[in-house]
Amino acid sequence: MVSKLIILAVIVLGVITVIQLMKVYELSSKLSNKNEAEISNKHNQLNAKMMIAFGIALFIGFVWLMMEYGWTGRGMAASVHGHEVDWLLNLNFVIILFVFFVTHIFLLFFAYKYVKKPGVKATFFAHSSKLEMIWTVVPAIVLAIVIIFGLRTWNTITDIAAPESIRVELFSKQFDWTARYSGEDNALGKYDYKLTTDDNELALMTTNTIDSAIHNMENGMNGITALEEKLNDPNLALSVQDRSDLITDLDRKGRLIRLLHQMKARHDSKVDALAWDDIIQKDTLYLCVNKEYELNFRSKDVIHSAYFPNFRVQMNTVPGFPTRFKFTPDITTEDFRKTKNNPDFHFALMCNKICGGAHYKMKMTVVVLEEDDYNNWIESKSFETFRDKYFAGM
Amino acid sequence: MAAIATEVHGHHDSHEHHKESFVSKYIFSQDHKMIGKQFLMTAVFMGIVAMLLSLLFRIQLAWPGEGSDFVSFFLGDTWAPGGVMKEDMYLGLVTIHGTIMVFFLLTGGLSGTFSNILIPFQIGARDMASGFLNMLSYWFFFISSILMLSSMFVESGPAMAGWTVYPPLSALPQAISGSGMGMTLWLFSMAIFIASSLIGSLNYIVTVLNLRTKGMSMTRLPLTIWAFFITAIIGVLSFPVLLSAALLLIMDRMAGTSFYLSDIIVSGEMLTNHGGSPILFQHLFWFLGHPEVYIVLIPALGLSSEIISTNSRKPIFGYRAMIGSILAIAFLSFIVWAHHMFITGMSPFLGSVFVFTTLLIAIPSAVKVFNYITTLWKGSIIFTPAMLFVIGLVSAFISGGVTGIILADAALDIMVHDTYFVVAHFHVVMGLSAVFGMYAGVYHWFPRMFGRMMNTSLGYVHFWMTIIGAYGVFFPMHFVGLAGAPRRYYDYSVYGDFDVDALNMIMDLNVIITIFSIFAAIGQLVFLFNFFYSIFKGPKSVQNPWKSNTLEWTAPVEHMHGNWPGELPTVHRWPYDYSKPGSEVDFIPQTVPLAEGEEEH
Repeated sequence: MVSKLIILAVIVLGVITVIQLMKVYELSSKLSNKNEAEISNKHNQLNAKMMIAFGIALFIGFVWLMMEYGWTGRGMAASVHGHEVDWLLNLNFVIILFVFFVTHIFLLFFAYKYVKKPGVKATFFAHSSKLEMIWTVVPAIVLAIVIIFGLRTWNTITDIAAPESIRVELFSKQFDWTARYSGEDNALGKYDYKLTTDDNELALMTTNTIDSAIHNMENGMNGITALEEKLNDPNLALSVQDRSDLITDLDRKGRLIRLLHQMKARHDSKVDALAWDDIIQKDTLYLCVNKEYELNFRSKDVIHSAYFPNFRVQMNTVPGFPTRFKFTPDITTEDFRKTKNNPDFHFALMCNKICGGAHYKMKMTVVVLEEDDYNNWIESKSFETFRDKYFAGM
Repeated sequence: MAAIATEVHGHHDSHEHHKESFVSKYIFSQDHKMIGKQFLMTAVFMGIVAMLLSLLFRIQLAWPGEGSDFVSFFLGDTWAPGGVMKEDMYLGLVTIHGTIMVFFLLTGGLSGTFSNILIPFQIGARDMASGFLNMLSYWFFFISSILMLSSMFVESGPAMAGWTVYPPLSALPQAISGSGMGMTLWLFSMAIFIASSLIGSLNYIVTVLNLRTKGMSMTRLPLTIWAFFITAIIGVLSFPVLLSAALLLIMDRMAGTSFYLSDIIVSGEMLTNHGGSPILFQHLFWFLGHPEVYIVLIPALGLSSEIISTNSRKPIFGYRAMIGSILAIAFLSFIVWAHHMFITGMSPFLGSVFVFTTLLIAIPSAVKVFNYITTLWKGSIIFTPAMLFVIGLVSAFISGGVTGIILADAALDIMVHDTYFVVAHFHVVMGLSAVFGMYAGVYHWFPRMFGRMMNTSLGYVHFWMTIIGAYGVFFPMHFVGLAGAPRRYYDYSVYGDFDVDALNMIMDLNVIITIFSIFAAIGQLVFLFNFFYSIFKGPKSVQNPWKSNTLEWTAPVEHMHGNWPGELPTVHRWPYDYSKPGSEVDFIPQTVPLAEGEEEH
């Protein structure tokens, strides 16, 4: 706090000094009848030199940041496509840094060199087809390279996942993540948001969950029956606002229950099995090293973004619109810790799309395990399938 | 053309001398010069507000959780108990800062001010095509500014969904408090703002096409006018799409429609909306949003073309290439919008098309940069404060432009999307460039606007403080982004659980950034002092202080109805005959006829 105040005080005082100096200067220039439109030779020279000084400071500052904080402060990639992305990033960085340095050198050097000198006239040079051709064609060629390499990588990354890749769903809501493993059959169960109940937070679709959702909506705590009773209760005094809220709620539930009944009528009980063996996992996402994953994303409320900085993976989760991303983690958490020299390091899943007040706290720990360890973990989960949990909760 | 000019002139003769009341002169003025100044004053005020908001959240980012008297002074106990701002308010500040900067300062302020002041002056017209619509445009802008400011004082706080206001977050008051009344005000303010912008743009287009004086062909127009003209066309084509996006959002919020909403459960409430798409909003938003970048940038580039040529005492290099690249940028700006959406789940093939078109836009941008640099080559550079800001603009345009190549590359965007790398990129390329262009314009045309000069030395101090502060803020910010720090995070404590090294790095850099931002903000005080002081006390300006060629400097210093006494000037040449061989002086105004045997450029 004290240091903050000192910093602020120094800056404020500095500016006050500058302004005072300017005032003195202004008074003296008024005495000497100075015209603001005529920039004196001294001022021109001063600014010309400042250009060079600024250029040097800019480059030194930039290089210092590069040395201190590196190409990518997040460390090396921990996934197969991540290495390719990092290589591409480095290529692009080499190109743009070259452009940045060269154009800045020209810009600032010309600004310094060609400052007005008494008696020297500017050269009338309005046009040169040759020069203009050069700096249209050269950037076009460089960009062609950037585009070709970029699209090649993009196509590999966004290609359809192999059939044997492991399906995992990431379910997002304000403000946490839930993972759902597809279980033995490697197929994720179907879902519909209308099936959400306390026992079925991920709204998975089975004959039982449909029945229970219908029951809940008709006879549950704030179900249709309860709402109707409340509205028709002559002994209950309701304000106009409360009454209208209840009617809106009842109206909405009336529409939802019709849709649920339609769902029940159309439901094929064969798909139940897809959902029953799914494993729902909170807090930590366990992954197996060197296995391809297809992550399927879903959102309950607003747009979130599943962001794994170390894997170079990011994909928005959009309500009503399923999204996907495939990737292969290629280093375990243990091994990665060694490269970082940090025994407490963890891979992370963060939310990277503004989603509400606690957006910045929405995260999940990710652990990448050796195949044996992963198999042991998944084994330990085999009695915690959706079926087990659902009927245990009944 | 000549017929129109005479007619307008004839009309003015009979009105020239009547005395105007205070209201019709300063408030409901229909004179382009006064309207331009009104835009400028409003924009300066809005800019101060937006800068202040950024200081508040920068303090939170650098010293999270520490009470600050400064924060508590502005936010009070409701939003910052003990001087620590609330999470929701942090998002509100970020949102309103972005909205004001992008729309109110850099669209309304930049284009509104300089299109109004310069279009009639530089094409040799008495005024805008419609003075009344022009006045309406300003007053809509004013009303929308008031609405936007007032949204910060409602009980549930201002809009908090980020300046891009993506639904469902912005559509559901249950999801965040700012999506209640604050968001409603935001939407209405923007709807009125768009009306203002459309009326203004139509006026600019019509004026440039129809009211050019005798001899002012399109290829003799200063690049400023080309820039304003193209900007207005982009605005007319893209702003209505934002209006439709906003209207559909208003309907989703108020009329129960489902354009953007589908399958949502929020705060335990199961909504019946089904079939809408939040992605639709993003497409509509960015269909304006990307051209908007160029609506902000092109006027700044236009202003700097004029200033760099005047102060290098050389013609702008590649006049036609400059027009061509503005046209190319304007065209391409309409087919690149989805590069903001690579990771929304949009079809990857569509993504690759947008990678291609986006990277193409780098070509005309590069042409512009090289042409600026060549204009300096073998010039006779005079460092007016305006000229310094133009060099700052070219520098920022390069630094911000090159990082755009990384973001345009979909494969790389995956890792830097929505991190501080993006924030740094667009602040440099769009924010800094446009603000530098705007400052350059203010310094250069201040004598034209107020008949007085600004103090040069204070201008130097302002420039050097601004550029040092700005790079001090935004260079480190790229590295914060490369470290992976997501934007719109209230604090980075979450890294404590995963990666302490990254946390330390982010926190170190955040402190550096905030200190530089305070430094840069103080630099702006120097400008404000200089600006307001010079309006009243600055030394009187001569008619053509910068020895410039364009028509605005042939009009008398005193503002008058109709701009020129007597006949309108006639144009005989392009505006860039500086240091032309065979001429005694190093500038030849556009009104000077070609000498015998002299070739036009």
